[in-house]
Amino acid sequence: MPGFKQPRCPGSPAARGLLRNPQGSREAACYHVRMSPLVMDLRYLLPWQFSPTIFITCAVAVTLYVRGIRALGRAGKRVGFWRPFVFFLGVALNYAVLQTYIDYLSQHMFWIHRFQHLILHHIGPVLVVLATPEHVLGAGIPPALRRVRVPAWIRRPLQVFFRVMRNPIIAPTLFVGLIFFWLTPPIHFTAMIDTRRYLLMNWSMLADGLLFWWLMLAPRQVQGSAAIGYGTRLVILSLVAIPQLLLGAYITLHGTILYDVYAICGRAFAISPLDDQQIGGLLTWIPAAMMSLVGILVVLHHILHDPGATAPRGRFAGSVQPAGGG
Amino acid sequence: MSQENFGVTAISRALVRHRPAALTAAALVLTAALAACARSGPPYALENVTGLVAPLQFHLTNQDNQAVTAGDYRRDIVLLYFGYTRCPDECPTTLAMLANALHTLGPDASQVRVLFVSVDPQRDTTAVLKRYVENFGPEFVGLRPDEAELTTLSKRYRIAYHYEEPDKYGNYEVDHSSAIFIFDRDGRARLLGMDDTSQQVASDLRRLLTSS
Repeated sequence: MPGFKQPRCPGSPAARGLLRNPQGSREAACYHVRMSPLVMDLRYLLPWQFSPTIFITCAVAVTLYVRGIRALGRAGKRVGFWRPFVFFLGVALNYAVLQTYIDYLSQHMFWIHRFQHLILHHIGPVLVVLATPEHVLGAGIPPALRRVRVPAWIRRPLQVFFRVMRNPIIAPTLFVGLIFFWLTPPIHFTAMIDTRRYLLMNWSMLADGLLFWWLMLAPRQVQGSAAIGYGTRLVILSLVAIPQLLLGAYITLHGTILYDVYAICGRAFAISPLDDQQIGGLLTWIPAAMMSLVGILVVLHHILHDPGATAPRGRFAGSVQPAGGG
Repeated sequence: MSQENFGVTAISRALVRHRPAALTAAALVLTAALAACARSGPPYALENVTGLVAPLQFHLTNQDNQAVTAGDYRRDIVLLYFGYTRCPDECPTTLAMLANALHTLGPDASQVRVLFVSVDPQRDTTAVLKRYVENFGPEFVGLRPDEAELTTLSKRYRIAYHYEEPDKYGNYEVDHSSAIFIFDRDGRARLLGMDDTSQQVASDLRRLLTSS
């Protein structure tokens, strides 16, 4: 990544100015000496703008998962290596693009913003969902918390909301719609100059990514009555790739600058604006759409390994069987 | 293999079965489209950023070596611009354009302040800043941040700057934002200037002067 080519101290013009100006003031010299290269690198790991909500969410997820592994271990159940590895990798990637120097770069470089959303909306959630963390997370909930009854006025609206969100038309519409919404140039502009909208954008991508990929990739046994049939999932995964391909191609092949906010607010490092846009377009075009292929392979794996996968769904089980033919 | 779940039939069946949900989805898409269209707003020539950009707030040193805060400029319309005095083209062009706009305003220009915040405080001492901004007019104020305040401001106004490689004489250029943030008398961000003409800036400033 070009931004990391030479370790530079984020947001410390005194130190950087000194590197180029040997006659710099003594004060700056002291500062520079204090900042050993290692310390400079560590500063890249600190949040550019600390978000308590992101920090707490990630901390709760990791804590529950670790507690779950230990609780299951005490019950004699092994969780193994790969599921926790994939889960922690997914959480770590989401955290990294939101709460390290990558977040600064995402605010000031279109293609890194697209990379950030590729993680938030595709790769991070897919990893978390592939780990099928539900039972481990459930086992990690403290007993005291498990006894708490959620009052109906909170539970019911959430249930209704979830029922709408898991609808096989709404889920993919929302998934693709969010990408188009935040990439509509005037909306993209306001999301990049307004901190609250920027946070809303990233949160909506992460939450929708988790929801969509859970609906698509989690085994039917885990989802229970919420499950969308595997065949429908294959259709949805194929269809959502198409608008992403078109949008990515449109951005990549567009001859003029679509998103001028990066020129106005300044880019994080020198790159031609059109190069920036084209790399960002390619990231929207190819890897994002390719995740559909990954999803299709996972669903095919479920179909081959789940004996009940091709059986009619619960509510049709009784009525369909003798008629045959489908 | 049962055909129950496969193909377009499944989707169309789901559409029929979940008709209210499908209608909700359509309504959502329509609302989003309408919201995008309705964003044209009042006819300012510059980008209207009311409610989007953070209010004016800073702790800086002015060209006379005095500590100043945003409160010191509360009774004026404030234009906030980030640059550096050795900037070869963009900063002088922008500041000259703003000087033109203020000239168009006539005596009303005395109620406007252009705050030029250096992104290169290493070389832009207050004395250098003073000499530089005096070229553009009495409404121009040169402000020097310390390192921490420059980082704070870059986070607050979501602007970036970065230092190019120096040549063999140690001279270097700084890439920085080109935004002109315009605040009303209450310190609220109202407009964002980019590559606008002095006429456009002047007419928008006149509206802000009369409306507040």
